[in-house]
Amino acid sequence: MSEGFISRGFHRRNRQNDDSGRIPPGQYLERGFPVLTAGPTQHTPLEKWDFSIIGEVDQPKRWTWAEFQALPHETVTVDIHCVTKWSKLDTQWEGVSLDTLLDQVVFDANYVIATSDGGYTTNLPLDEIMGGKAWIVYAYQGEPIAPEHGGPARLLVPHLYFWKSAKWVRSLRLSDHDEPGFWESLGYNNHGDPWKEERYWGD
Amino acid sequence: MGRLNWQLGQVIDIQMETAQTKSLKLAVPDWIGHQAGQHIDVRLTADDGYQAERSYSIASPPEETDHISITVERLEEGEVSPYLVDELRVGDKLELRGPIGGYFVWEARMGGPLLLVAGGSGIVPLMAMIRHRHKIGSLVATRLIYSSRNFEDIIYRDELDRLASDDRMLEVVHTLTRTQPPGWTGYHRRIDAALLGESAWPSEQRPLAFICGPTSFVETAAAGLLALRYEPARIKTERFGPTGGT
Repeated sequence: MSEGFISRGFHRRNRQNDDSGRIPPGQYLERGFPVLTAGPTQHTPLEKWDFSIIGEVDQPKRWTWAEFQALPHETVTVDIHCVTKWSKLDTQWEGVSLDTLLDQVVFDANYVIATSDGGYTTNLPLDEIMGGKAWIVYAYQGEPIAPEHGGPARLLVPHLYFWKSAKWVRSLRLSDHDEPGFWESLGYNNHGDPWKEERYWGD
Repeated sequence: MGRLNWQLGQVIDIQMETAQTKSLKLAVPDWIGHQAGQHIDVRLTADDGYQAERSYSIASPPEETDHISITVERLEEGEVSPYLVDELRVGDKLELRGPIGGYFVWEARMGGPLLLVAGGSGIVPLMAMIRHRHKIGSLVATRLIYSSRNFEDIIYRDELDRLASDDRMLEVVHTLTRTQPPGWTGYHRRIDAALLGESAWPSEQRPLAFICGPTSFVETAAAGLLALRYEPARIKTERFGPTGGT
């Protein structure tokens, strides 16, 4: 244990790490937009892109890119927090609320597993992505999302660490039980609330 | 698995690697062991309570159990790296927890052939893999393609030379992107598809690839390996550093 430890000779250097109360513990303010991915960037042509809701639903639902674009969409401005310690404030995204998508299926489930091109997965409790808390977004700051940032479309769940906001997302699988996703199986926290600093297993 | 608790390591040795990087050897009494490629979180606390946390790759192999090493590049605009490089002395303590990350790891039993592609200080987790391989006498065929700006910026240069000259299954290919010393026979450009085509294992051998470096470097290297028909699931990447924009 290391309670009360002071690092000899260390002082705050970075005054722009302000105390506006928007930077969670252990995070720092980032102006750029770092890229973090476990493997190669995925490039899916829009004509081959679709988005599905599958699993514990009465009728699975699928949207093509054109159908998806025709859904009611919103623009949201949110702060995002990556478990690698950077936070970025006031990022603007455009896309479709998961409330809108889930309205179109009849389901009996408590959890979702998001799956992406390349095989990445992440798990979320349904009540953490409903009620205006999560979106499938396809534009960032008014432009299509670049492939390295998850374009053509990514999940956006800003109140959790950003690995939950899966890049290149293609489906949500509804489930009655929780299944750890990619990082959640490799030592990262199952929930991932940045304000509770839920970074790793046991946090 | 239990919580990764914060613990205190003590600096027992400091090695200057290049003008901007140092290796810190830390005695960590309760270290639970790690795999090559994993990292630790470091937390600094000022006397006014202000804290800053960052992640650093472990450079030492799992076989060294009484200490861990990290190699830190000093970033001019950084908050933690200037402290670690300029201020920290032998005998000082450092708060850390780990090991973290279970994907960008290599153990000899995972086999190969192994392709390691490093940009700048992205060499650090790959060096842990090279050291692990050496420590256990593994004969997994291994190639390191290592991009540095200048000759003086090559981290672990002497150790890599020594390891490669003693081990015919380990090849080190350098490229220097800014300046090259007289008589330099290595590459002298940024990594590109042609360079990878000449230096990387052919895809028919089903290589296992690890790429670590700045974002643009990793994007280029990963795209280049995909173009060489490497299997996407056998390309593992770790990106770091500022991007300067979006």
